[in-house]
Amino acid sequence: MSSKKTVFVRLKEGVLDPQGVTIHKSLKQMGYDDFVSVKSGKFFELEIKADADNIDQMVNEVSEKLLSNPVIENFTVEKN
Amino acid sequence: MKFGVVTFPGSNCDYDAYAAVRHVVGEEVEFLWHKSNDLLGSDVIILPGGFTYGDYLRSGAIAKFSPIMESVIKFANSGGKVIGICNGFQVLTESGLLPGALIRNEHLRFSCKYVHLKVSNNQTVYTSACKQGDVLKIPIAHGEGNYYNFDGDIKTLEDNNQIIFRYCDENGDVNEQSNPNGSINNIAGISNKEGNVLGMMPHPERAVEKILGSTDGLKLFESLQMAFSKTSIGG
Repeated sequence: MSSKKTVFVRLKEGVLDPQGVTIHKSLKQMGYDDFVSVKSGKFFELEIKADADNIDQMVNEVSEKLLSNPVIENFTVEKN
Repeated sequence: MKFGVVTFPGSNCDYDAYAAVRHVVGEEVEFLWHKSNDLLGSDVIILPGGFTYGDYLRSGAIAKFSPIMESVIKFANSGGKVIGICNGFQVLTESGLLPGALIRNEHLRFSCKYVHLKVSNNQTVYTSACKQGDVLKIPIAHGEGNYYNFDGDIKTLEDNNQIIFRYCDENGDVNEQSNPNGSINNIAGISNKEGNVLGMMPHPERAVEKILGSTDGLKLFESLQMAFSKTSIGG
C-alpha cells in the first residue's frame, strides 16, 4: 500500500505569467468573453511508501527544495 | 589562470566556452563532469549554456543537485570566480548563488540574435577591461531569460552595483525597445554582492572572433586575465 499527495505549484501574485495571458487571449479569440483571467501552474502527484515517517514534513521539504522556486512560486499540498 | 567548464547532461555551449578560452583567449581549460566533485584546481568556473536535464521542472532546477554543483557552491562561497552563461545563469539563481529568477520571455518566443549591452559596473573582475557605460555587442539565445525579482531586491541590486550588464540600443540607451525578454530594468547580467559570481543571459563565448560578428565577448576574459595577473604579481 502507498499513499498519495498532490503538490500544486502556482506563480506568486504579481509574477508575470505569459502562458496564462496567452491562453486568456486565445479564449477571447475563440469567442469566450466571460473569462476575466487565466493563470497557469503545475501539479505533481507523489506516491509515497505507506510506512514512510513524517510524510507531511517530507513533502513540504521537497516542495520547497525542488518542486517550487520560492522566489517566484507558492505551493500547496493536497491529500488524495 | 585555469578555467573549468562544467558539462551537465544537456549542456550545449560547453565546447564553445572551451574553444573560446583555449584557442582564442589562450588560457588553460578543462571540462568538469557533472558527476564528479573535483574542480581540478580551476581558478574560474564556467557554467555554460544549454538545457541542463532538458530544462525539466524549471530551467536549472535539477542541475543544482549534481555532485559538481556541491563543489561549485563551496568554491563560490569561499570567493572563487564563477560565471554562469545563459542556462548557467539559471543554474546560479536556482542554486541560490545569485538572487532572483529567470522566467519565460515576455513574448513567449525563443530569441536568438545579437543584442547590445551597457556595462553598468566596470569595477568587477569580469568587466575591468571595459569603461563604465561601454556598449558591447554580444548574442543572446534563450526562451527563459526574463529576469525577475521583488522590488526590494531589485533596489538592493541597484544600491550594491550588482547589475553588471543592461540591454540597450547601439547608442547605449537603455530603453524598452532594446529589452529582448521583458527583464526588470533591462537586466542582462548580475553579480553577487561580493562580486565573484557573475550570471548573464548573453553569450560572451560566442563573440570572440571577427568571423562570429563581434569580439566584444573577449572583454570579459581580458578583465579576468588582468585580475589574475595582478594577483600573481602580488604573490
